[in-house]
Amino acid sequence: MKRLSVPALLAAVFAVLVWASQTGAMNIYWQSVVMFMGVNIILSSSLNIINGNMGEFSCGHAGFMAVGAYVSSVLSVALFAKSAAFGDPLLSPHLAVWIFPLVLLAGALAASLVGLLVAIPSFKTRGDYLAIITIAAAYIVKSTIENIGIIGGARGFMGMSSVMRAMNDTANLPWIMIWVVLGTIFSVWLIRRFIYSTFGKGVDAISQDEIAAEIMSVDTDRVKLVAFMVSCGLAGLAGGLFAHILGYVNPGSFTILKSTEVMVMVYLGGMGSLSGSVLSAILITLLMEALRPLQIVKWVVIPLLLVLLMQFRPEGIMGRRELADVFPGLRKFYKFKG
Amino acid sequence: MALLDVKDMTQYFGGLCAVSEFSVALEEGQLAALIGPNGAGKTTVFNLVSGFYKPTRGEILFKGRSIKGLKPHDVTARGIARTFQNIRLWFDMTVLDNIRIAQYHALGYGLLDCFLRTPRYMKREREIEEHAMNVLERLGLREVAGEFPKNLPYGVQRLVEIARALSIKPALLMLDEPAAGLNSSDVEGLIKLIGDIHKDFGLAIWMIEHQMDVVMSLCSWIKVIDFGATIAEGTPEEIQNNPEVIKAYLGDDTI
Ligand SMILES: Nc1ncnc2c1ncn2[C@@H]1O[C@H](COP(=O)(O)OP(=O)(O)OP(=O)(O)O)[C@@H](O)[C@H]1O
Ligand SMILES: [Mg+2]
Repeated sequence: MKRLSVPALLAAVFAVLVWASQTGAMNIYWQSVVMFMGVNIILSSSLNIINGNMGEFSCGHAGFMAVGAYVSSVLSVALFAKSAAFGDPLLSPHLAVWIFPLVLLAGALAASLVGLLVAIPSFKTRGDYLAIITIAAAYIVKSTIENIGIIGGARGFMGMSSVMRAMNDTANLPWIMIWVVLGTIFSVWLIRRFIYSTFGKGVDAISQDEIAAEIMSVDTDRVKLVAFMVSCGLAGLAGGLFAHILGYVNPGSFTILKSTEVMVMVYLGGMGSLSGSVLSAILITLLMEALRPLQIVKWVVIPLLLVLLMQFRPEGIMGRRELADVFPGLRKFYKFKG
Repeated sequence: MALLDVKDMTQYFGGLCAVSEFSVALEEGQLAALIGPNGAGKTTVFNLVSGFYKPTRGEILFKGRSIKGLKPHDVTARGIARTFQNIRLWFDMTVLDNIRIAQYHALGYGLLDCFLRTPRYMKREREIEEHAMNVLERLGLREVAGEFPKNLPYGVQRLVEIARALSIKPALLMLDEPAAGLNSSDVEGLIKLIGDIHKDFGLAIWMIEHQMDVVMSLCSWIKVIDFGATIAEGTPEEIQNNPEVIKAYLGDDTI
């Protein structure tokens, strides 16, 4: 019972969202809000590995998101759609439904490889210096994209909507909603398994006392490498989903503003708290929507929120705790740690 | 062949010679001490052996193989575990997790096992937890397994640190001032504990200690350094009567 309660709940959420999108019970606007929520959950819970569990300060998450977004978009358009850049599709568009997860995965792998740009310096560099490297890495990614003509440069890249349409032609289902919900569940599940293993606890050990970790046999370089690659890879997955929700991407979506947004989610949720990251991603997405009428002023309100948060509750909503620590009663219903 | 064989190890920090021409040969199962006044270079010797610094000159052999220049985690994996003069636990993780993480050298699974929860992963995690609980049980720490070290009394924190080092199943355990900050009844308990561990686990123990009753009642062999240089070595009796040692400690009435 306890073992199955979470999977059952997730299956129910999945079914309801798919049904509501299919029948139109949820309008397009709310569908997109829910999907951005999913993307944000992936972004904040993956950044939480670095900024929360490892205690580093990465400000370049949007850069890795961009890598995933572009790699998966280019792949999916080249494989399944007719485009000016790549000509006729390489594969039958009917295969898109089956191969799309691999396309997303390729984007994630590319992002985790670009993560090496930060992971390798992290062996020797910590704190502020590493933070600067993360910003630099994000700029390298953005400028690289802006300078590659075939993918549209600064103007952006499109054609993903026709891939989504191709999926629809194969089977009439709200495919993008399906992929986003599955991708979100997959990411949180992966992170959970990682951070609760002895392997993943090495990440917390590094944040609390790196020297003790190294001397107590933790291969700290390897742990950092893995943590950065997992975190950046999932950011890439989020990017791939993001690009396919919108149907187009441009480098302007992956600025420091986006990285900041994700950081706000991590710190609001509580550093090192996975459930905190998930909850605050949901909250912030809703808040951003509520503030949408304010347009650019939104970017006064959200940083202000961060200032207030750091003043009055620097540990975030959850502190270092998880839902089950805050509400021990929940343990009756589901098996939490381990 | 000695278990740990250090030859002419020298370490400079800028112009300061913290350790000079340090040599030692520890046998398997030996219980030895390294003593000397404050700032003599004792902790630096431990830091050099555990790979935290690479010596400017000299050679370090463990089980006949050079460990000079290895990363600390590799040195530990080969069987040298240690505690710290200033306790270095992971204070915001449970005592059990503190011990579990020290099994990193023998993890026996990779990232993919961890994602997929393969049988190998499940088996190793179970074994690691069992082993950790056994070690805690052995040191009478079972009750605090779920506590955060930051909430434990100082004396217990010291024990947890020893438990963590022991859980690595080292052939050589290095203790940096294990009695520092303990009250006299805790010190008695510690002396008994170290003696028992030494017998039960059959490992070599090398300790830095300022409290002479601890050193004299446990160690069969003592080395004394001052300003990085060796000034005496021998049995407790020889050391107690050595004029050089008495001079080095002049004004310090611990000896
Ligand atoms: N990383 C370092 N950089 C520069 N100097 C250092 C460093 N580590 C130690 N020293 C110096 O080396 C000398 C020996 O220090 P060490 O900590 O080994 O002494 P100790 O014998 O352990 O003393 P105590 O009994 O106070 O613990 C001291 O003068 C210390 O200031
Ligand atoms: Mg010292």
